[in-house]
Amino acid sequence: MSAVPAAARPARSPVLENLAAFAASKLSLTCAVLVLGCVVLAIAAPLVAPHDPNEADLFRRLQPPAWMEGGEIAYLLGCDALGRDIASRIIYGARISIFIGAAVILVATTIGVLAGLAAGYLRGWVDVAISRLVDILLGFPYLIFAIALIAMTGPGLQNIILALAYKEWVIPCRVVRGETLAARELEYVEAARALGGSSRYIMWREILPNILSPVIVVSTVRMAHVIILEASLSFLGLGVQPPTASWGSMVADGRAFMLDAWWVSTFPGLAILVLVLSINVVSQGLRDAFDPRMRR
Amino acid sequence: MSLGRLIERLAQLVPVLLGVSAIVFLMMALTPGDPVEIMLGDQHVTEEQERALRHDMGLDLPPHERFVKFLANAAQGNFGQSFFHRQPVMDVIASRLPATIELSLVALVLALATAIPLGVLAAVKKDSWLDRAATVTSLFGVSLPGFWFGILLLMLFAVHLQVLPVAGRAGYESEVAPITHLLLIDTLLRGRLDAFLDALSHIILPAVTLGLPMAAILTRVTRTSMLEVLDQDYVTFARAKGLRRRAVLAKHALKNALIPTVTVAAIETGSLLGGNMVVETVFGWPGLGRLVVESIFVRNYPLVQAAVLIYAITYVMLNFLADVLYTVLNPRVRL
Repeated sequence: MSAVPAAARPARSPVLENLAAFAASKLSLTCAVLVLGCVVLAIAAPLVAPHDPNEADLFRRLQPPAWMEGGEIAYLLGCDALGRDIASRIIYGARISIFIGAAVILVATTIGVLAGLAAGYLRGWVDVAISRLVDILLGFPYLIFAIALIAMTGPGLQNIILALAYKEWVIPCRVVRGETLAARELEYVEAARALGGSSRYIMWREILPNILSPVIVVSTVRMAHVIILEASLSFLGLGVQPPTASWGSMVADGRAFMLDAWWVSTFPGLAILVLVLSINVVSQGLRDAFDPRMRR
Repeated sequence: MSLGRLIERLAQLVPVLLGVSAIVFLMMALTPGDPVEIMLGDQHVTEEQERALRHDMGLDLPPHERFVKFLANAAQGNFGQSFFHRQPVMDVIASRLPATIELSLVALVLALATAIPLGVLAAVKKDSWLDRAATVTSLFGVSLPGFWFGILLLMLFAVHLQVLPVAGRAGYESEVAPITHLLLIDTLLRGRLDAFLDALSHIILPAVTLGLPMAAILTRVTRTSMLEVLDQDYVTFARAKGLRRRAVLAKHALKNALIPTVTVAAIETGSLLGGNMVVETVFGWPGLGRLVVESIFVRNYPLVQAAVLIYAITYVMLNFLADVLYTVLNPRVRL
């Protein structure tokens, strides 16, 4: 089989090549597994969570974690002020964080890629209109923009996703616009134009596959950012409303019991840290793999 | 940078500021519910009075005229009455602004004071344990949710060790006559060391919480730019001339390596504004961020609108300042 000459082997796509380089780093791979583990936990929450996350049991009010006096193994991380199992609420809370993070990035990347491709390739008034809108949206600090929108529309899953996506799309848009501007001058795009390819064909089939790497890297970095933003909104009481468990609101709930029940705030915060840190390490690994110049 | 280019760059801000104002206006206009009803609450008024109020607020005008009126009023700092405080919105905001500015400045100073030495050391001792420690710390810094980190600090220093106060800002405004309205500076200027130390003990935890993500980002930026500078020919030449390593670092490398740090610091100061809302809520800091969060819950929309516009204008101006700074510090770049 090895007799097949190298030139005859189908070339691997640049994305696959880069992913192979990413997998070579043990730390990045471990963190990718951690992120994947969180996703699996979130999806399988009803099967994995030991208790109903909203089931209150006032006899277990502020029960400590299993390894402390008064704790029990069935309630590993202890209970909150309403006697709800913290571990189960963290597992269910992962659903909110990951779902909102993924939904915002999906919506924002789709819009950003479309707008960035159009602005960078078509230029002219399309570019001017999109770029001005991007400049205006960049004029708002992110959290303040989201808070203002939610203040007006009210909290709720859909409103949070929209409030975050309304501003998030400008980031992939700027990246894609810049990459497209550079790509449209390259020979392969000129060749496609000379062969009579339509603008839509060139943008989708020629340019997009070649600029996917930076889009993937930016999406992962931004996902970590969006998860912290969602948790911040929930902490302020502007996120998903009770009794639905979300990590940010769990931390807020525990604030009143800092003195004698540290576990109520500590564990959900730790969950945010582990997930966000893992995503950040993964994104750094992806950036290093996709852009060797960044390996410093 | 020439004056002409500066004016040109300033002119480019106009459409952005107009667009930002339009979005803030739209947010308010599209809010469900009648502003007059929200403002009146449970008060009973005649139809005549209600009409007069609607007219005063400009709600009987067509949307484009309302926008022009909003812009004209905003330019004069007139955002109407705060529903909740029963006084002009700008007065309420002005009373809370110094606390936020003071907190942001201390956070900025802390971030710069940590990030620059750490970033430089990490670059100079590349691949050492110190470099790795700086990288890991900065990775943690950008990944820590600020509100949680703040609570952890409170639990440790205020609750368990009891060496710092739990919440709030030192209450010396009534005792120390204001000069700058920034307590740390005013107490020093008035020679009240006891009050200064108290103010410092109150601000330290919120400032550390607010400054940490910024310090993390600035450490990375300083490290990367220092590494780039250390690779440059002029640094090699300075070393070849026989200058001492420390002199080369301080006189030749650092000056140029700090250009991106200063620029990013200016941009990141804008992002401190968002962090303020969370940190002020955690620490009960009586600043603008906490006021906005409180106002949202009591549907005090004129105040939210004014604050969002002020935040956005400050943010745009800080980004502009970052651009100008970058050009001034690095004459090879032209705006």
